[in-house]
Amino acid sequence: MKGMTLIVKKTTQLIAGMIFMYGIYIIVHGHLTPGGGFAGGVIIAGSLILVTLAYGGDFLKLVKEEAGTTIVESISILMVIMIATAGFLFGIHIFFSNFLPKGVVGQLISAGVLPLYNIFVGTEVAASIFIIFLSLIIFKEESPQ
Amino acid sequence: MELAISVITGLMILGALYAIHAKDLLSSVIACGIVGYSLVICFLLLKAPDLAIVQIVVDTITLIIMVAVVLDSSREEKYSKPDTMGYVSAATGIILIFIFLWFFIASIQQLDVLGKSTLRMAGPYIEGAAYKTGSANLVTGVVFDFRGYDTMGEAVVLVTAVLGVLTILRLKGKK
Repeated sequence: MKGMTLIVKKTTQLIAGMIFMYGIYIIVHGHLTPGGGFAGGVIIAGSLILVTLAYGGDFLKLVKEEAGTTIVESISILMVIMIATAGFLFGIHIFFSNFLPKGVVGQLISAGVLPLYNIFVGTEVAASIFIIFLSLIIFKEESPQ
Repeated sequence: MELAISVITGLMILGALYAIHAKDLLSSVIACGIVGYSLVICFLLLKAPDLAIVQIVVDTITLIIMVAVVLDSSREEKYSKPDTMGYVSAATGIILIFIFLWFFIASIQQLDVLGKSTLRMAGPYIEGAAYKTGSANLVTGVVFDFRGYDTMGEAVVLVTAVLGVLTILRLKGKK
């Protein structure tokens, strides 16, 4: 896949990192401000798609990237289910129970396991949307012209 | 505010109608964008910033993918003359619309006033939810604590969608 012109590349260099950081901010502050795992994950996927569209990359590199992203996605959905199962083992024995201490409402480290759910769901959503995008590119280049 | 939402909804309907009837497929895709971005403004006016963030990013990514598909295939809509099966399915669709409308009117009279049962449901969630879940953002509290099963289902659905894309769209087998 070919990249784009120099202007697009320079602009991407300037703003892609900021978009990525904004996505991380939305995920980490998901239990304090509007947003959360789904919104932040989609923003992170958007920044990755922006970099891929602007810079392109040869076929083998994209295939490698897709394999790595698949592993990240599977691990994060597994972690979500394992945290939910951990609620079954510790504290009151309920699936999805909030077994960590809740802390002070409004602080960054509070709300028990909710930030952990946010982080892992965010990673999973980002990886999923990026995989769909990458696979569309890869399968198009694989297909006979 | 109701006036603003009505105007924006009218704009959405116009955009959707144009998207159906446009000759050029690229302008049809852009008209789909009108619907999505107007929905973002509606969400902001209705005080749902969580949904607005998700909607604006997902809409942009979808537009990128759809524009890429249109540029890659053809920009002209292929028109084929309707045959007998086309008329039969159109007639079936119209009859089904009237049957569903009739059932809708019959069942809506049995229900409570709109919003009453929803508010009764939302009351216990809002009262002391910050204390119960420890989360300042009530939406996250509901999504990950009270309704944890729903969220897990959504995440698993996303994984299944990716598996489906990887399985169906692949042309060559993996070695």
